[in-house]
Amino acid sequence: MKKKSNSTLMWVVIAIVVLIYALGPVASILANSFKPASEFAGGGGTFLPKSPTWENYGSIFVGDAQSLFLPALRNSLGITLIATAIAVVLATFCAYAIARLDFPGKRLILTAALAVSIFPVISIVTPLFNLWRQIGLYDTWLGLIIPYLSLTVPISIYTLTAFFQQIPWDLERAAQVDGATNWQAFIKVIVPLALPGVFTTAIIAFFIAWNDFVYGISLTSTSAARPVPAALAFFTGASQFEEPAGAISAAAIVVTIPVIIIVLLFQRQIVSGLTQGAVKG
Amino acid sequence: MSTITCKNLVKRYDDGFPAINDVSLDIADGEFVILVGPSGCGKSTLLRMIVGLEDITSGDLLINDKRVNEVAPRDRNLSMVFQNYALYPHLTVYENIAFPLRLNKNKGSKEDLDTRVRRAADMLDLNEHLDRKPGNLSGGQRQRVAMGRAIVRDADAFLFDEPLSNLDAKLRGQMRTQIAQLQRTLGTTSVYVTHDQTEAMTLGDEVAVLKRGVLQQVASPRELYEQPVNLFVAGFIGSPEMNFLPATMRDGKLSTPLGDLTVPDAHMQAAEGRDIVLLGVRPEHFEDAKLVDDAIRDRGTVFTADVSHTDWLGSEQFGYIRYESDHAVKDKLDELARDLDGDEFTPQVVVALDSTSRIRGGTKAELWMDTRKLHVFDPETGDNLTRDAEAGAKLTKEAAEERAAEIQRAKAAAAGH
Repeated sequence: MKKKSNSTLMWVVIAIVVLIYALGPVASILANSFKPASEFAGGGGTFLPKSPTWENYGSIFVGDAQSLFLPALRNSLGITLIATAIAVVLATFCAYAIARLDFPGKRLILTAALAVSIFPVISIVTPLFNLWRQIGLYDTWLGLIIPYLSLTVPISIYTLTAFFQQIPWDLERAAQVDGATNWQAFIKVIVPLALPGVFTTAIIAFFIAWNDFVYGISLTSTSAARPVPAALAFFTGASQFEEPAGAISAAAIVVTIPVIIIVLLFQRQIVSGLTQGAVKG
Repeated sequence: MSTITCKNLVKRYDDGFPAINDVSLDIADGEFVILVGPSGCGKSTLLRMIVGLEDITSGDLLINDKRVNEVAPRDRNLSMVFQNYALYPHLTVYENIAFPLRLNKNKGSKEDLDTRVRRAADMLDLNEHLDRKPGNLSGGQRQRVAMGRAIVRDADAFLFDEPLSNLDAKLRGQMRTQIAQLQRTLGTTSVYVTHDQTEAMTLGDEVAVLKRGVLQQVASPRELYEQPVNLFVAGFIGSPEMNFLPATMRDGKLSTPLGDLTVPDAHMQAAEGRDIVLLGVRPEHFEDAKLVDDAIRDRGTVFTADVSHTDWLGSEQFGYIRYESDHAVKDKLDELARDLDGDEFTPQVVVALDSTSRIRGGTKAELWMDTRKLHVFDPETGDNLTRDAEAGAKLTKEAAEERAAEIQRAKAAAAGH
């Protein structure tokens, strides 16, 4: 009994430490976003704003930074959603093939996917920059969607393959015996069962594309395609001696909101054990 | 109305291992055929070849006399119950059963679909569960849903892949009866894979015994039991197993570890010219010599043996006699034991005694053996030297007739309702 309460206590302590570690910076940014510019100048700052204000939010939505932030927000949402959708669809087909079919080079694809997803992005930015300028993709949505796919597709293939491999193959066989074509078996049986995996993958892909900074800042030059993380770097204060920390914090909080919304929306779909009851055991 | 014919079917894997080797099998219309054998004998592979989930390396598979080797599973019009049920977890029981109907290209009306699903659910007592998901059902209920999905459409044949192996013993018995009744009422050709010989014996019109991908014998359960073709079938069918004793000819008697036995002439002739043979005796062909009815005493022979221990099970009693194994046949018996899923042959005779017998472990007991029921096997080839093919065929023919009459009665009873 004593041992059990000890371990519970230990878990509580660990959980608190992790929570502080993870949420501390977010809380700090949230607090900063409500501070007037004067509170950032000089020392003696406090964690909580002394005189909370909405002016930072005002500046990014209706004020000076509006022209920088709003197009960036639109770009980020558009580019990321398109990249995520394409990545998930492509990866679903690819992962299904890897999980179900036996073909030469199967392992190579998985290894390559893993290798690509750990490849340092920065090393290909310069060549990509030159290439994009030559073929006219520089500073366009497509010019970002394509490199984002290179980040999201491999990791999506990797995660989805794991999900597909968990689905009992007999379900598909049963569907075929019941009169389904391969396509029907895939759409009516496999995809519904893989949905939690597809949603999980979509969230991961969305995060990767949403949080990208290196491509965003290197392959764009105007608000035509510049995403939020890159746009934040162009925020300026009222004078060159004043840091735009408040506005940046406010923008950072705003861009976190879609992520939270997406997780809240999809977490209902990510029901583990959906395949329970399919097969015995 | 459909027949399934396998002609010299072979399934060879990429590494050259033949999982199914030259299997020929005729399944008549409405027949219930069991594929049985120890694990790894290829019985499930054969079933999957019939349904189309495994490619056929060579040979022909005919359904209704049409070659279907290259036909996709969905076009073979067979339905299958999987060992793990393979229910669609995202669909309700109703939708699971309706699934094959919804896929059918020339599907009937909505009402027709509903009638069929409800009729299948009725047959399997699933009416109150139609709106539930498979995840919330018990093992037996899931099994019935899988059955429902199989019987809901007019499939040419039902294929069962060890459908009861995931149920507990009591439920297994109930479901076995239900499957038998269902097959009888529907009269649909069925192929059923199992490693459980109780299921094989009780369900099958014909039982096909497989060993390492090779078909050993196809016959009615009774013929398999009474006239097995070889050591393997004799050892596999029956529980407890048939006893195998090494025997040599001496002075017109067969000398065995249990003593010298006087056996009928036919058996002596079969053993003639061989240094050593294997005698096969089923446990129930022994009896406590004191309890043998005088009318049949002469049909057998009496010997004494050391009974090492006995198991009393209420309705019956088993005695165990250990003996010294003969080196000449040890390898053959060890191989047989391995084929039958055991590890090593135990030189031990199991005798079924009347439950009132006072024979107890550690005593010298006088036992009687029914020598007419003996089988003599060639230790080299494993062939049954005393098999009476005619008597066997007669048993199978009788079984077929009884079966036909039974179906008639079942149909008449169903019509009478």
